[in-house]
Amino acid sequence: MKDSYYFRTEGLTVGYNGLPLIRDIEISMKRGEILTLIGPNGAGKTTILKNIIRQLEPIGGTVFLDGRKLPELSGHELSTQMSVVLTERVKPELMSCEDVVATGRYPYTGRFGVLSEEDHRIVRESMELVHISELKERDFSETSDGQKQRVMLARALCQQPDILVLDEPTSFLDIRYKLEFLSIIQEMSRQHGLSVIMSLHELDLAGRISDKLACIRGDKVDRFGTPEEIFTEGYIQELYQMTVGSYDERTGNLELTPVKGEPEVFVIAGNGRGTDVYRSLQRRGIPFATGILWENDLDFPTAHALADELISVPAFREISAEELGRAKELMDRCGHVICTFEKGAYLPEGLQELVSYAERKGYENT
Amino acid sequence: MKNRRYCLAFLILAALLLMLLAVNVCIGSVGIPFAEVLRILTGHGSDATYKDIVMQIRLPRALAAAILGGALALSGYLLQTFFHNPIAGPYILGISSGAKLVVALVMVFALGQAAVVSSGMMIIAAFIGSMISMGFVILMSRYMDQMSRLIVSGVMIGYICSAITEFVVTFAEDADIVNLHSWSQGSFSGISWNNVAVMAVVTFLAFAAVFLMSKPIMAYQMGESYARNMGLNIPLFRVLLVLLSSILSACVTAFAGPVSFVGIAVPHLVKSLFKSSKPLLLIPACFLGGASFCLFCDLLARTLFAPTELSISTVTAVFGAPVVIYIMIRRRKERA
Repeated sequence: MKDSYYFRTEGLTVGYNGLPLIRDIEISMKRGEILTLIGPNGAGKTTILKNIIRQLEPIGGTVFLDGRKLPELSGHELSTQMSVVLTERVKPELMSCEDVVATGRYPYTGRFGVLSEEDHRIVRESMELVHISELKERDFSETSDGQKQRVMLARALCQQPDILVLDEPTSFLDIRYKLEFLSIIQEMSRQHGLSVIMSLHELDLAGRISDKLACIRGDKVDRFGTPEEIFTEGYIQELYQMTVGSYDERTGNLELTPVKGEPEVFVIAGNGRGTDVYRSLQRRGIPFATGILWENDLDFPTAHALADELISVPAFREISAEELGRAKELMDRCGHVICTFEKGAYLPEGLQELVSYAERKGYENT
Repeated sequence: MKNRRYCLAFLILAALLLMLLAVNVCIGSVGIPFAEVLRILTGHGSDATYKDIVMQIRLPRALAAAILGGALALSGYLLQTFFHNPIAGPYILGISSGAKLVVALVMVFALGQAAVVSSGMMIIAAFIGSMISMGFVILMSRYMDQMSRLIVSGVMIGYICSAITEFVVTFAEDADIVNLHSWSQGSFSGISWNNVAVMAVVTFLAFAAVFLMSKPIMAYQMGESYARNMGLNIPLFRVLLVLLSSILSACVTAFAGPVSFVGIAVPHLVKSLFKSSKPLLLIPACFLGGASFCLFCDLLARTLFAPTELSISTVTAVFGAPVVIYIMIRRRKERA
């Protein structure tokens, strides 16, 4: 039963100088899965990874790799099974990107590390896979941080590992390369059965790519499971102890702190038309109310995070007279209205009524 | 295309070495016709004085300069690898001075006992001194995160060792102290064939060991974490690096005293020549380059103000120190 896991920790306790930082870590994954560590800065994600790659000695417990205890593997055995991409900056002198990638072949070359035809082919393929073939001759020290990161990934891939360990691999990458980088990893895991353990800062991406997530909080792994199990409402705010702003687990929607106070503007919105207006009001520091939104509306997450008062209706239900009444009352209190719909646009019954009410009362469309 | 550059670079280094060896044998304070030198070298020399000068003085001295120069450059290269610091070297880190101190102590003690110190004993004494200094430097490197601070602390160790050496030499009572004094300033003079044989054996053994380590050195250049992931046994590797670089610099100090800057300047120049940092190329190239560099500097030391001889460190510093300054300025720019 236990051996169905490719990677597993048992009561792993990690820390520095004999002082435990995180205790009793029990995480596991099958071959070809992606496991991601998330948690606040300084929670100890890197420390855990360092124990997994044998950079640090565990204070207690064991890491199992393919059913074998990690300390039982020789340095060479481990190097043919596991490769790493670390946050540590490498500053090799006078090495082309190709040279850096080729260092991944180290466990397979002979006494003097001379590359064979086969090695050269694998180096070339790894570079193609990560789309850095054009950097081949470029001096490694003259490349950008994002390029360096991709070179290090190609290096790790040409080590032909069964398991890849990455410490915050996307930190220096812009959005395009973040997605590209994670896509490559996903493809490798899906097609070649590569197992991946990494730490990520991007929660939304972590939720999309990972088969398993481990949340590090305080001195323990607070939660371990599938993204669906982890991203329950309010958990992220709790995990990161967020006191300002908000994070919506379902949509990955991230908002700044709402403006507190008596609402000054009523926004009639829906179908995603309101989100930009809400954010613009938040930027200008104007408290607002909004409605009437169905809870499955595109505007709902942002409205929920930013509006001082929100009138909403459960999905697939008609607007009741009670909700309409509350909306009108709220509009009267605000005195200003922003209607995000064009004149004469088709609207559901309740909303139509609300727009007409605003026109009748002569509230200016600010 | 790259391979052609490497071949060419090796050819240049080899040609330079041979040429400098020849020039060193031919030129000296006593003018010996070139044809006569050739005859002596082929065993047909007629003039006994000339023969003595060439065979007993110039040739062993030139060979010693070449072998020890190579050893110094290699020692510097290993230290730079160890500390991940391009301006580390046996002289600047005080390792040569530590070796000098212990050798001076042993020599003064032996002179007092009227005993003769063998070449082997000298190397062992120098090795012990090197290891002591090295121990201090490694200890301090744990607290010095910046490369310049480590260098400054190394220089300080050097000063302390030199001060004690001067003290010991000054108060030792013997006529031979004159020799000791010139040795403690660094010089390739007074090398016997016996010395050459010993240094050749020690240096070439160490060279072979270093060459066999070229693959782990490459891994180590990627930083310790990655090297460990490649399966390198880091503690063992570090011990070997320290031992080998100490043996090499001890060998130099035992025979020629402390020689400055060769260990830093040569690896840097060689890297620029090859435009590569592959240890497999740089290890032999550093050796060749160091040999040529020391031959050239010794030639100047002997001939510039003949018959007065300059200390070898005076000359190597003139050429080596600017290289160090250049490296530091360039590093600064890279960081900014």
